[in-house]
Amino acid sequence: MALIEGIFEPGLAVTSVDWVLNWARKRSIFPMTFGIACCAIEMMAAGASRFDLDRFGAGAFRATPRQSDLMIVAGTVTFKMADRIRRLWEQMAEPRYVMAMGACSISGGPYHLHGYHVVKGVDLVIPVDVYVPGCPPRPEALIEGLIRLQEKIGTHTIAKTRDNFGLKKKL
Amino acid sequence: MKEIEIHAQPDLLHEGEIASDIRTEELLVNMGPQHPSTHGVLRVVLVTDGELILKATPHIGYLHRCAEKIAENVSYRQYTPYTDRMDYLAAMNNNLGFALAVEKMGGIEVPERAQYLRVIFAELNRIASHLVAVGSYGLDMGAFTPFLYCFREREWIVDLFESVCGARLTYSYITIGGVREDIPEGFVSQCKEFLDFFEPKIREYNDLLSYNHIFINRTGNVGVCPADMAIGYGLTGPCLRGSGVKWDLRKNTPYCKYDEFDFDVPVGDGRFGAVGDCWDRYFVRVMEMTQSVRIVRQALERLSDGPVSAKVPRMLKLPAGEIYFEVENPRGQLGFYIVSEGGNSPYRLKVRGPSFCNLSVLEGLAKNCLLADIAAMIGSLDVVMGEVDR
Amino acid sequence: MTVLEIVDILKHRFGADLVGSVVEGTHPHVVVRAEKLVSVCEFLRDDEKLRFDLLRCVSGVDWMGKNLIEVSYDLISIRFGHALAVKVILDRAKPQVETVSGIWQAANWHEREAFDLVGVQFVGHTDLVRILMPEDWVGHPLRKDYQDPVEYHGLKVKP
Repeated sequence: MALIEGIFEPGLAVTSVDWVLNWARKRSIFPMTFGIACCAIEMMAAGASRFDLDRFGAGAFRATPRQSDLMIVAGTVTFKMADRIRRLWEQMAEPRYVMAMGACSISGGPYHLHGYHVVKGVDLVIPVDVYVPGCPPRPEALIEGLIRLQEKIGTHTIAKTRDNFGLKKKL
Repeated sequence: MKEIEIHAQPDLLHEGEIASDIRTEELLVNMGPQHPSTHGVLRVVLVTDGELILKATPHIGYLHRCAEKIAENVSYRQYTPYTDRMDYLAAMNNNLGFALAVEKMGGIEVPERAQYLRVIFAELNRIASHLVAVGSYGLDMGAFTPFLYCFREREWIVDLFESVCGARLTYSYITIGGVREDIPEGFVSQCKEFLDFFEPKIREYNDLLSYNHIFINRTGNVGVCPADMAIGYGLTGPCLRGSGVKWDLRKNTPYCKYDEFDFDVPVGDGRFGAVGDCWDRYFVRVMEMTQSVRIVRQALERLSDGPVSAKVPRMLKLPAGEIYFEVENPRGQLGFYIVSEGGNSPYRLKVRGPSFCNLSVLEGLAKNCLLADIAAMIGSLDVVMGEVDR
Repeated sequence: MTVLEIVDILKHRFGADLVGSVVEGTHPHVVVRAEKLVSVCEFLRDDEKLRFDLLRCVSGVDWMGKNLIEVSYDLISIRFGHALAVKVILDRAKPQVETVSGIWQAANWHEREAFDLVGVQFVGHTDLVRILMPEDWVGHPLRKDYQDPVEYHGLKVKP
């Protein structure tokens, strides 16, 4: 996952260090401005003053993938765009997370059956951490997805576990 | 204290001599599909000579969602949600265009209450769409506050829409035959309350953004599109009216009771530069919001009792033939070309997206401008990629 | 001007090149011979009484059953307010027609889209490449006999 994971022996009590690191990471997620289609408008509304994402620490939308933690794929992924999404995701620094927002990025959405140019879900291109259903999901649903992601980040540990005995986890 | 004399070498300061020594090359800069100011997935390839742009080529298709092929496979009533998602900021207007095209071809009569309701929601959506255009244009120019103000007003309109159809963005409310449901109790008074609150706010936007010196410097005399160039490139909507051409389908070829309403058509006048610059196009949108408020007030007065939808069979069959019908969307003229062979679904449905034509003028505008002007031009054209790529 | 008057002017000027016309109904149009399209369009744009200055839409329709491809140009006059459509009927095996992007610049992108999705060749177009689909896509999606490729760049096309 990140550089400092999996370096301590499993017996060593790292819970307080874990807690602080996870708290710092989850309370300051920087999303990337990656609105593709209609869901992008709900993402903008979530960042505006009524449903303020900034109170969760996630209000600083970064334009460049190098400085962001979270890629919110908001909108339909097409074949022409799929290569670019993969490239942007590879440019993000670890720990990085992906949120599939909206029905189109989860499974192709309303274009699932007859859309010849639509990728049936962004998880065919990049690994996804949180799925937020809706067409488009309400800003409250997006915030719920963010909170679930924060809970997921809270489960990380820097000690060695069965999954990552000293090896960097390959994604 | 001894004064230190600085002798600048006059040769190096002389521009002409530097220019003849330096060898410049053209640089290809890619303003990629992921960019904060391209209003969606638009890629612009720029050939630059230093800060000057020599050529800008837009590449589109990153959001091509096969709307036209899907139309051949689903029925007419099932197609309404797909029209929502094309220009997702003006979903009510898209629904209206499709419904009117199908009704005209099928000879379906829409009850009067439904027609006035359609006008109310189409104009409210026009206000909401222009608010997003104005707010994000300020964001492109570096002003964050107008964005928050515009979205605050938009939330109020979206609340009104949610109370009537349950959705915030893609409504599918204006269907073939009328509207889906009647308005709830208290809607008319809430709507009037919103209009009373909103009208003075437009003056606030003018104070914040329109007459701001920095904004005027960045958008005045930038991206000038003269009237004949605008018509040649097929521009419609505020982009055409910003170039001084008084053409609005609601006045020139009225549909859906628009001939009964009293409103003006604002046109660009070249106040801070040549006629047809970015500021003109932007200001036409601000003025159109005032006119939409007028129309909604008049429509609310004329609301009569009655049914809100005609009886339309679930599997609607249109007679064999074709139709091309256009409506005035917030971004321009949205056209539907429907070819029917008498079946449940169209044989061919072609959608003429206004942003598709509006964006094509970027190549002509961006000759010998500065790099920072590209963001100003794209923002003033107000493109929505869902409509460009369909 | 009414559609009937416009069609009369065209018949008077072009005679046999006007293969057909429909003045009643929801889509009044004239059908011209493909070779004469550019001269008809120039006349429509430049004539004092017609002045069709805005090209609204260029649509390609694939009539597989009749082995034809129809291209429809929808025009409107900002000056006078009248509207008309011009159609050409092309052979499906080799659909070729001259470009009108010299007359209306709007045709540039519209013709690229018709080429991309329906496969019509516009002779004389400066940059006839795909506009909506990726450059290396195979096939013209809006044709009635279009088959999806199995996969594209490693991703499955069908669900």
